[in-house]
Amino acid sequence: MSYQPTVSQLIHLADNALILGHRLSEWCGHGPALEQDIALSNIALDYVGAARNWYQLAANQINSLQDKAAFPLNAQGEATEDTLAYLRDAFDFKNFLLLELPNGDWAVTTLRLLLSASYQQLLLQQLSTNEHADVAAIAAKSLKEVTYHVRWSEDWVKRLGDGTDESHQRLQAAYHELWPYIGEFWENKLALPIDIASMQAQWLAKINQVFEASHLPQGVLPTWHQTGGTEGIHTEHLGYILAEMQFLQRAYPNAEW
Amino acid sequence: MEQMLSPEAQHFQEKIDKEIKIEPKDWMPEKYRHTLIRQISQHAHSEIIGMLPEGNWITRAPSLKRKAILLAKVQDEAGHGLYLYAAAETLGISRDEMYHQLHTGKAKYSSIFNYPTLTWADMGVVGWLVDGAAIMNQVPLCRTSYGPYARAMVRICKEESFHQRQGFDSLLVLSKGTPGQRRMLQDAINRWWWPSLMMFGPTDDASPNTVQSMQWKIKRFTNDELRQKFVDVCAEQVKLLGCTLPDPDLKWNAERGHYDFGAINWQEFWNVVSGNGPCNKERIEARRKAWDNGAWVREAASAYASKQQAKQAVAAA
Ligand SMILES: [Fe+2]
Ligand SMILES: [Fe+2]
Repeated sequence: MSYQPTVSQLIHLADNALILGHRLSEWCGHGPALEQDIALSNIALDYVGAARNWYQLAANQINSLQDKAAFPLNAQGEATEDTLAYLRDAFDFKNFLLLELPNGDWAVTTLRLLLSASYQQLLLQQLSTNEHADVAAIAAKSLKEVTYHVRWSEDWVKRLGDGTDESHQRLQAAYHELWPYIGEFWENKLALPIDIASMQAQWLAKINQVFEASHLPQGVLPTWHQTGGTEGIHTEHLGYILAEMQFLQRAYPNAEW
Repeated sequence: MEQMLSPEAQHFQEKIDKEIKIEPKDWMPEKYRHTLIRQISQHAHSEIIGMLPEGNWITRAPSLKRKAILLAKVQDEAGHGLYLYAAAETLGISRDEMYHQLHTGKAKYSSIFNYPTLTWADMGVVGWLVDGAAIMNQVPLCRTSYGPYARAMVRICKEESFHQRQGFDSLLVLSKGTPGQRRMLQDAINRWWWPSLMMFGPTDDASPNTVQSMQWKIKRFTNDELRQKFVDVCAEQVKLLGCTLPDPDLKWNAERGHYDFGAINWQEFWNVVSGNGPCNKERIEARRKAWDNGAWVREAASAYASKQQAKQAVAAA
């Protein structure tokens, strides 16, 4: 039997992209240098674009269901990328907790991107050869972008790690803040069709290679980690993201924009 | 006057008259250089400060498509800032120096960005009117006499007209929307119309630099000429939105072949220019904060770069 992605899986992929894109877009106009402002906006745009692709695929699936009542629908009774992004509450979001954490400083922002994009790269490599044509096509497109995100964030983590004392300390602090959240990558609670064990080993090898160049101690997979995102149990931060993001759709229901 | 020009100055003015571009290494009068530094850096600062009122709505954009469009637009503005700072640098001033002038209030930027963006409709209206006014001001600059500036402007103008079309397109959607959306639209037009007209600068009789700038072909049209052209275009476009411009004196004058329009509140203009606009302090504060918070990042990057260079030198030795 050929693989059919579940709506939950697609929404999880979309939510990850949207929430990280949202956080990165908060930097727009406030970056440490104009060039970095441009680079980060570009990366944020990639994630908004990826979120749209995954939501559209999810919406297609929802619209082919006989009973769509469990999902937010527009005035025409259809699910769309926007009903999914703008009309769900936090407990229906399935993104990793890591991605909704506040941006913090440049060290937190770039290290989070490295941790996430390195995972995404491995995930998308596997999905891009998936037998489901739409999944494979979206994954292949995102893979190209994410490969660049890995390179960009890796360069920054190295610069900070081997830059000044202050940047090194900030990177270390970022590591302590973010590391407890990486365990969600390996739970695969939504049963994506991927080989988690091999991904995990490759991911850790990649991260530790960057850590070495950054004079950080080698990372070890935590025996205990923060969890709940894929099941809709989030940090307090997500509610604020949604309050901001969804405000217009909530205040002007059923409007076209 | 003629006999007072040095041979270099004469050669310079000849080039200008023949529409030959002045390039960074060419001789130029100091005042020409200074006028350009002031104008280009002011323009660059406007692009960067302009990112703030629009960036304000990225996280609140009402659809994913609009979010992507807005993000891309604000990113374009950062790119414009980058080209313009680079063009100004060819005249012998560094980007850091220009930032310093901005952060200390020594350099000006377009006053329009000292107004707040209060609703989503402001995003479209800014695209339509503010980018629109910027285009009117800037298209002639594509032929300005200083080569690097003119070339930067060619790229910038292409993107600005794209912004304007996207802005107007989003307004058309609002104009066909719910009563609440139409109210939002008219409100935004009411707030942005007069500040947009002020973007063309003081009237010609109150604009002391115009004559010299026209002679040097830094400027191609006077403030009032451009403003009139803008009014004529917008007075027609606003009809497509089913809205009105907030000017009871706006009336077609068949004799002049132009729209007549009401008196601009120059007292407001000069107050905003001199720092008393609704958002002047916030805008500069936001830029200063970004710059100061980024200091350790820039230091880290340059420390890393010199370490890498040293390693390469050792490896090559
Ligand atoms: Fe611009
Ligand atoms: Fe623009």
